[in-house]
Amino acid sequence: MQSRDQPRGELCVPSPYRVVDRTVETADTVTLAIAPVDSLARAWEPGQFNMLWMPAVGEVPISISGGVGGGATGGDRGGDGTVLLHTIRAVGAVTRALCALEPGQTLGVRGPYGRGWDLDAASGRDVVIVGGGLGLAPLRPVVHETLRGRDRYGRLAFLAGARTPEDLLYMSELGQWRARTDLQTEVTVDAVPGREWRGDVGVVTTLLPRIPFDPGRVVALVCGPEVMMRFVAAELLRQGVAPGDIQVSLERTMQCAVGSCGHCQLGSSFICRDGPVVTWERVGAAMGVRER
Amino acid sequence: MGDAVHPRPAVISRADLPALVDAIRAQGYALLGPTVRDGTIQLGELGALEDLPIGWGDEQSPGSYRLHRRGHARLFGWAVGPGSWKQMLFPSRERMWSADRTDDGFVIRTDDTDAAQAARKVAFFGVRPCELAAIAVQDRVFVHGAVPDRSYSARRERALVVAVDCGEPSGTCFCVSMGTGPSTGPGYDLALTELDDERGHRFLARGGTDIGAQLVRGVPHRDADARDHAAADAVIASATARMGRQLDTTDLPALLERTLESPRWDDVAQRCLTCANCTLVCPTCFCSDWVEVADLSGDHVERWRRWASCFTLAFSTVHGGTVRASARSRYRQWLTHKLGTWWDQFGTSGCVGCGRCITWCPVGIDLTEEVRALRELDRPGAAP
Ligand SMILES: Cc1cc2nc3c(=O)[nH]c(=O)nc-3n(C[C@H](O)[C@H](O)[C@H](O)COP(=O)(O)OP(=O)(O)OC[C@H]3O[C@@H](n4cnc5c(N)ncnc54)[C@H](O)[C@@H]3O)c2cc1C
Ligand code: SF4
Ligand code: SF4
Ligand code: FES
Repeated sequence: MQSRDQPRGELCVPSPYRVVDRTVETADTVTLAIAPVDSLARAWEPGQFNMLWMPAVGEVPISISGGVGGGATGGDRGGDGTVLLHTIRAVGAVTRALCALEPGQTLGVRGPYGRGWDLDAASGRDVVIVGGGLGLAPLRPVVHETLRGRDRYGRLAFLAGARTPEDLLYMSELGQWRARTDLQTEVTVDAVPGREWRGDVGVVTTLLPRIPFDPGRVVALVCGPEVMMRFVAAELLRQGVAPGDIQVSLERTMQCAVGSCGHCQLGSSFICRDGPVVTWERVGAAMGVRER
Repeated sequence: MGDAVHPRPAVISRADLPALVDAIRAQGYALLGPTVRDGTIQLGELGALEDLPIGWGDEQSPGSYRLHRRGHARLFGWAVGPGSWKQMLFPSRERMWSADRTDDGFVIRTDDTDAAQAARKVAFFGVRPCELAAIAVQDRVFVHGAVPDRSYSARRERALVVAVDCGEPSGTCFCVSMGTGPSTGPGYDLALTELDDERGHRFLARGGTDIGAQLVRGVPHRDADARDHAAADAVIASATARMGRQLDTTDLPALLERTLESPRWDDVAQRCLTCANCTLVCPTCFCSDWVEVADLSGDHVERWRRWASCFTLAFSTVHGGTVRASARSRYRQWLTHKLGTWWDQFGTSGCVGCGRCITWCPVGIDLTEEVRALRELDRPGAAP
């Protein structure tokens, strides 16, 4: 494979990966476990993303939602020979093709790209992780990561939301996390049209008052639909959390992922390169302007 | 091309200028430069010096461009046309790589791409000062960025730049405001000033690199004297005095950041057709689409990079919607990026004052006028 020998990024050429496992998460979402065919997987950080390529269909940015292999748990940082997890919702041509992949089939991968969650900033502090819908995908590895280094943080909480119970990702893992005493896990859904649900109903911000954290020494990690992130950020700010302590992961159109094509700009940030994880301090003003 | 001291500007007569072109060609460079085509001055392959727009001048104003004959035989008596050197370094369409399906996935080829074929040595002959500045702006994007762009860098390394001071600015030029002209700034291999007075038609030549200096040494020339320098200064002074437009750049990024909700954006949105002409003619606009092109079977796939424009709806479309849906937000994105956020990203303005976006806007939208209006409305006590 030629692409492996190319200097990084310059030509932005994908490498072949093979699907080794496929888990159906919800009606329209699957998690693919993929491994490089003939190259080494690159190390990655929670919050980073890859460009996944379906030949003749197209290429899209997808967060890394975990890794397995090397004896570590899912959510381990990647390394040589590891398997990557990507949770993908079928919304259009490329994501539909990706979701239809079966074990043994191949796809192209380039990355990892972008800046992930800044966990150094969270060291010695309370950590509140807030995810909505697909936003759980880039947060899953950060939950694993904080649990692995649990003694580095103060109180640790994970608030997860989805439109309906049927839309919740990582159900069995959420169950395991709820049973832990060193992590407070709260789950809510916007509505319960179908099956029985004994948990909370309401938008994810309604769970915030339930989390005892010190606004002066908390770091919040937030990913979900943009309106949800605005609401969560506004609520945290209201409680006195500093804008620099609120990290959000943003979605913008991305085609190059290396700060060259220009599509992902928000104010002076290239979200692919300066993000996708950015602090509210950096983007709050721009996020406050409609259609910025 | 290392830096060296080239203290002695020389004078090359018009009659000896073909020798300079021959010397450039002898070094293995293909000659690219301005030439008259389809009623405009465009950039392309030059056969001989005679292909330059000799004796031509231009008249430019918002939404209008016209060539006319001047009563002299100057080679560079005109301002920039719609094309820019961007098209030579960052082509409007370029194949980045191709892939063929195999039993076990696909094999990618990078050796048959346009980037691999960029190995040609080319001389850019007749680069105006604002265009030299624009190349420097794109260098910051493509060469000095976090991830250098391979094809741009390959082309740039092989480009020899022969710049020419500006003596005839157009009605839409404002390089003086942007600090990019009309005299040539740094970054050239060879800079020329066209002089045409009682001492004859001649060129003051300054080498900016070893190669440039060598080229001058290789053609018939004499050392420049004080009168040559005075004549060159007069050309610049006269051009400076005849700038078509001006832009007050005082605290411009801050002004734009605090006028994001100015009613002026609604006003310009009424006029803007979101046709994207301005971004295509702009020598610094760098946005691109990365597109998948497959044959019918899907067995052969190519990745192409094409110029994109922030004026299109698709530019900011994510699943579920478009970030910048209104014309207002798209014009605002363009102007605030060009003149504001570009500074944060690349430490420079994204505008060099070439005036192309004003001339080639079908409805004559003039960014200097838009900024003036934003400033006016921003004044304390201004009526909203
Ligand atoms: C940093 C980042 C991380 C993401 N992580 C995930 C994830 O973990 N799981 C997941 O399911 N989705 C994720 N997404 C969203 C995902 O990239 C889009 O759903 C996907 O691009 C849609 O492509 P499509 O062709 O299937 O859909 P369509 O809706 O058919 O897309 C139509 C066209 O819109 C454009 N488009 C739409 N969205 C994007 C986009 N984000 N970037 C570039 N072009 C776009 C493309 O031109 C595309 O061809 C992420 C997006 C970003 C920016
Ligand atoms: S914004 Fe207009 S005047 Fe400025 S460099 Fe681009 S085309 Fe030229
Ligand atoms: S400003 Fe003029 S050239 Fe640019 S998109 Fe609008 S109408 Fe077209
Ligand atoms: S995705 Fe191309 S610049 Fe960010």
